[in-house]
Amino acid sequence: MATEVPALPSSPLAVPEGLPRRRLPMRLPMVVGLSLVGFMVLLALIGPLVAPYSPNQLDLLHALEPPFSGGHLLGTDQFGRDELSRILYAARIDLLIAFGVTLVTFTFGTFVGLVAGTVGGVVDAVLMRIVDVFFAFPLVVLVLAIVAILGSGLLYMMIAMWLVTWVSYARIVRGQVLLVKRQDYVTAARALGFSRWRTMTRHILPNAIAPAIVYGMIDAVNNVSIGAALGFLGLGVQDPTAEWGKMIADSQDYIRSAWWLAVIPGVAILIFGLGLSVIGDSLADRMRGKAN
Amino acid sequence: MSADQASSVVLEVDDLHVEFVGGGRSVKAVNGVTFTLNAGETLGIVGESGSGKSAVLRSLIGLHTPSSTNYRGSVRYSGEELLGARDGALRRVRGAEIAMIFQDPMSYLNPVLTVSEQIGETLRRHTRLGRQERAARALELLRLVGISAPEHRLRQYPHQLSGGMRQRVIIAIALACEPRVLLADEPTTALDVTIQNQILTLLADLRQRLGMSMVLVSHDLGVIAQTCDRVLVMYGGQVVELARVADVLRLPRHPYTAGLLRCLPGSASGRFLHAIPGLPPRLMDVPVTCTFRPRCELATAECESWTTSLLEIDAGRASRCLRHEVVQIDG
Repeated sequence: MATEVPALPSSPLAVPEGLPRRRLPMRLPMVVGLSLVGFMVLLALIGPLVAPYSPNQLDLLHALEPPFSGGHLLGTDQFGRDELSRILYAARIDLLIAFGVTLVTFTFGTFVGLVAGTVGGVVDAVLMRIVDVFFAFPLVVLVLAIVAILGSGLLYMMIAMWLVTWVSYARIVRGQVLLVKRQDYVTAARALGFSRWRTMTRHILPNAIAPAIVYGMIDAVNNVSIGAALGFLGLGVQDPTAEWGKMIADSQDYIRSAWWLAVIPGVAILIFGLGLSVIGDSLADRMRGKAN
Repeated sequence: MSADQASSVVLEVDDLHVEFVGGGRSVKAVNGVTFTLNAGETLGIVGESGSGKSAVLRSLIGLHTPSSTNYRGSVRYSGEELLGARDGALRRVRGAEIAMIFQDPMSYLNPVLTVSEQIGETLRRHTRLGRQERAARALELLRLVGISAPEHRLRQYPHQLSGGMRQRVIIAIALACEPRVLLADEPTTALDVTIQNQILTLLADLRQRLGMSMVLVSHDLGVIAQTCDRVLVMYGGQVVELARVADVLRLPRHPYTAGLLRCLPGSASGRFLHAIPGLPPRLMDVPVTCTFRPRCELATAECESWTTSLLEIDAGRASRCLRHEVVQIDG
């Protein structure tokens, strides 16, 4: 029987994750998590196609209508804007915050941690003292301060979060690198004549990155919360753009009479956050299993 | 004969000192080791834990952490000085000219790369083979080291392989670029006895077929006896005896070697296994006098003041014992 020989990897950076890539048995929590997050991603993608109204279309005659009334599946807000349409459009913004912030901070923080841990010495000391400085401040306060300097709005908010939240990844990855670089297979890689860069990216990184990936899932949820908090404070996304956190903030005057205005975006955040947390949890479980 | 031998020397180690520093202390792991490795030869290095045998081996290709290691002396490969060489020069030699295999096959393979990836990247580093050729070569290498169903194994991860299989993969990786020298650091210590025998036979066979030289480090004289041509006995970071394996087994010329032989099961001295009394020397401060003297049953007053050196006894045979003539295997 002729068995085909698998192709050798073409890129030295071909393995970004410390996970086996073939035939992963999917456990139930993972399926649930992926479904929840996938559902939200789907909503964000097809939102504009299926949204029954424009998210900013005012209809003051039908303001504050409850769900399932007169053509508004999830009711309307104080300006008569269709709640369902706003939720769908907001999904794009919130997912952009979640992934847009997390991907950047994950990548940058991981790189810093990898370099600090691998190179060591003065480089390590300097990088980690910078990280310590960031950790010395309460995270949200620091983001607030930067937004206050830069100005409010989606982009500035994301910049502020980029600047602040990478430090966790740097610290996590550095700790892992310190463990991994003492492993025998790293010595073996050196004995085979690989360069420092290659040893770092191909042998140390894939074995050190797993906890950072797990943390990234939780961090993505955090970023949505921070985005929501800033939106709530009026420093994030600006009117009339729909964003889940801001929708909750805007609903506070009506919470007794029109509770759904707060609950519906809250549920959206909950579903997305739950999905990510469950994925992070099952990733962590799987990595523990692999270590044993 | 000597001219002939000199021309076929591949590795020349001269007065090698290795010192590990850190935390305000220093450990002198290797203290003046000199030897040569001839083409096609298997040289054994034997000694107990902490005798500096692995430290010597790793120093040959500069594997110790540079910031905490001081080297002195010289290691020449084909006339090129490796000790203190630039990193780039060392990396060209490592894996391509001088390859190394290790003690514990469980931990020396990268857990996240498949067998084919690990062989492939070594070929990629040191050869100009294309992707297809590398895949073909990987398959060929697995056949060479006697792995069954090699097509299947190529796609597996290390955790899917048994210990013996992993050691074979490690050997395949080491041989990928047809090195001239193979350094083997206790390659069978972590394996059970049947597998150990298979691996040793494989190594001896491959060495012969590929015309490599090999340095085999072991604490097990049995392993050395089975595989090596010459043996270097190390104690306290020094060479205490250098000889052909057959000669050492028949007639050791250093009391430490004699002691090691007496420790083997089935050796001459009665029902109980022999143990060498005392402890190995502390390597913080190594004396110029005999390091084995406190444990030696042959020591005399003269030994206390003798500044040791490796005494040449016969051609290719040396001992660091003043009283080497009275050493007997049955103490």
